[in-house]
Amino acid sequence: MKKLLLGNAAVARGAYEAGVRVVSSYPGTPSTEITEEIAASYPEVYCEWAPNEKVAGEVAIGAAIGGARAMSCMKHVGLNVMADPVFTMSYIGANAGLVFCVADDPGMHSSQNEQDSRHYAEAAKITMLEPSDSAECKQFTKIAYELSEEYDTPVFLRLSTRVSHSQSMVELEDREERELLPYEKNIGKYVMMPGNAKKQHIVVEERQARLAEYANTSPLNRVEDNGAKIGVISSGITYMYAKEALGDKADYLKLGMVYPLPEKLIKDFAAKHDKVYVIEELDPFIENFCRAAGVDVIGKEIFTLLGEYTPTMIKEAVLGEKAPDYCELAENIPMRPPVLCAGCPHRGTFYVLKKLGLVVAGDIGCYTLGAVAPLASVDTTICMGASVSAAHGMAKARGKDFNKKLVSVIGDSTFMHSGITGLVDIVYNKGANTVIILDNSITGMTGHQDNPTTGYTIRKEPTKQVNLITLCKSVGVERVVVADPFDLKNFEQVVKAELEADEPSVIIAQRPCALLKTVKYTGHCKIGEDCRKCKLCMKLGCPAISEDGAGGVKIDVTQCNGCGLCVNVCPFGCIKKED
Amino acid sequence: MTKNIMIVGVGGQGTLLASRILGNTVINEGYDVKVSEVHGMSQRGGSVVTYVKYGDAVYSPIIDRGEADIILAFEQLEAMRALPYLKKGGKMIANNQKINPMPVIIGAAEYPENILDKIAKEVDLTAVDALSLAEQAGNFKAVNVVLIGVMAKSTDIPYENWIETIKTTVPPKFLDVNLKAFDLGYNL
Ligand SMILES: Cc1ncc(C[n+]2csc(CCOP(=O)(O)OP(=O)(O)O)c2C)c(N)n1
Repeated sequence: MKKLLLGNAAVARGAYEAGVRVVSSYPGTPSTEITEEIAASYPEVYCEWAPNEKVAGEVAIGAAIGGARAMSCMKHVGLNVMADPVFTMSYIGANAGLVFCVADDPGMHSSQNEQDSRHYAEAAKITMLEPSDSAECKQFTKIAYELSEEYDTPVFLRLSTRVSHSQSMVELEDREERELLPYEKNIGKYVMMPGNAKKQHIVVEERQARLAEYANTSPLNRVEDNGAKIGVISSGITYMYAKEALGDKADYLKLGMVYPLPEKLIKDFAAKHDKVYVIEELDPFIENFCRAAGVDVIGKEIFTLLGEYTPTMIKEAVLGEKAPDYCELAENIPMRPPVLCAGCPHRGTFYVLKKLGLVVAGDIGCYTLGAVAPLASVDTTICMGASVSAAHGMAKARGKDFNKKLVSVIGDSTFMHSGITGLVDIVYNKGANTVIILDNSITGMTGHQDNPTTGYTIRKEPTKQVNLITLCKSVGVERVVVADPFDLKNFEQVVKAELEADEPSVIIAQRPCALLKTVKYTGHCKIGEDCRKCKLCMKLGCPAISEDGAGGVKIDVTQCNGCGLCVNVCPFGCIKKED
Repeated sequence: MTKNIMIVGVGGQGTLLASRILGNTVINEGYDVKVSEVHGMSQRGGSVVTYVKYGDAVYSPIIDRGEADIILAFEQLEAMRALPYLKKGGKMIANNQKINPMPVIIGAAEYPENILDKIAKEVDLTAVDALSLAEQAGNFKAVNVVLIGVMAKSTDIPYENWIETIKTTVPPKFLDVNLKAFDLGYNL
């Protein structure tokens, strides 16, 4: 049967068909739907959200050592968090098939950097496959498991936004039920201390040499001969762009395996062409390999290091063909950046922090949008968890008075991911920071995943819920306060009081995400006739409230969900809720 | 030849469902199909763009400037932003709804005036009051299906095939409203 599947859903299907038994991941765009699809569609497969990528990867590693085919999925920056076990797992091998799916985000649709994860494959000496569409997503996932077991190595599956989030046709097959492989104690292989690791390093180098040889004949890499003078070496989504742009005006060396690269195949292909282009988004990974192997190629001298490519851009660069004409209105088009949703609980928090003029060490989640005008409250965003630890560093650098104007804001999922260790540091090293945990009862930004603080597993089974109050208290924070960010007066008082304290404190800003099904705001808010046009409500940055063009303010009922925050903010009681 | 359809709007307007209905309908016609979606950050009230491409063999899932046969715009400003993607002789279908983006809300930019009139001077435009039609169908959130209905009329895919996919893509609870919404758009 054929089906239209998202790239990510096709990876999930591949895992299912390959007999995978254990999947542990932490969400991250554009990788999230792989694990969600497994949870939703394949009850045979155990799956979970782990608190962070390192834990997730280690769960998959343990499962593979334990004899089950296993998978862990993450976005590109997630691989940074998971890197530690990955580098050593390269030495240990796999036992049962072990695949790490990592999704890059060229163009940064939803990311804080544009790193190219192929460098990890080379650095950790782990084979990496890269599919170009959903059919290959499924097929390559299955091949990854075969290679993993045959060569006793973890395997990376590299995805990118356009592959992960495009739907295309996939032929479905049955699941191959697989027995657990035996688990046998093997200290030399599984205990990586220097004596053993020295021996395993030899194994790794031998394995990689064999895989480099395999790359030359692997069906993953193929030549498409159109009898053209131009040769194109490409992989992943860029292969599709090149193919659309150049059609049969070029021959292609389509690489499904991007590490190790097939030296002989590349040399043979290059020798048959007058000009060889390497077309790859982000870094010159394939290009540098070609140059080091003495193959003359054209690459980043005509293609950018930045962002996504398009077929038009390739056509212009390679064939010198002009882009098609198009029509444009000669007028400024206002941008439409993402904003906190109407009803978002974070809005109350940022309104207060802005009002108090505080320095806000921010973090990664929906609340990063607290940096967008008019709230423009967030000062820094680095990586998950850094709001807590970097604020500690700022306070140590600038002293007590500065610290009285400094807060950290961090979401519930991000706090569990890597905020708690920063908090331990503050307590241990005699800091006095104020940390605000934005507890909206869900992992919001990535599309509503459960996490250890929500009380549910990925499959919505009730489970133990991490209690943030007792957790913070247990690491030594004595001042822990829970406050509703929509109760603006009280919230402001709480923030002021905690900033004054000469010891660490945690404020749990508690109110659920407005998009949760359990949240039932009704009706909508309306500006009364008696409005005094002070426009304080405009400072909320609510997408439903805007100027009415007559000096006053109006509320768009199609955008308003009746959360009532503007009712609380109006000093004259002129905004009322209506059904 | 591939047919390129672009769906643009504001995060939260239901463009994703629209692209899925479209994708699943053309697939049943036996075409090769690619649907490129947007997830994550921009869904939070930002500009969202999805591409649907179908034909004998589709390679790239994205559509570039001057390549779209049809643009289905859920909002006026987004219609204006997407206009350069329309092919010469292509068709724009635009909802006349206006949603102010944050720069306009805070007074840092102005919402352009008479967008649809200006677009109509340049290209073939069908303007739709999809919000009223959706309300007429019973739920203002059915704007997406109204617009799919309008677009369906300008393809050569039979009516029944669209209804078939709506039945399998939309949650049963909202099926009646959505079927009504589709008809209102289709019979415009
Ligand atoms: C290392 C890493 N993993 C995953 C992500 C993707 N990501 C961005 S925000 C986020 C979760 C945010 O959830 P939460 O902290 O609960 O805040 P909310 O969005 O609900 O406000 C995730 C998983 C990332 N940016 N970095």
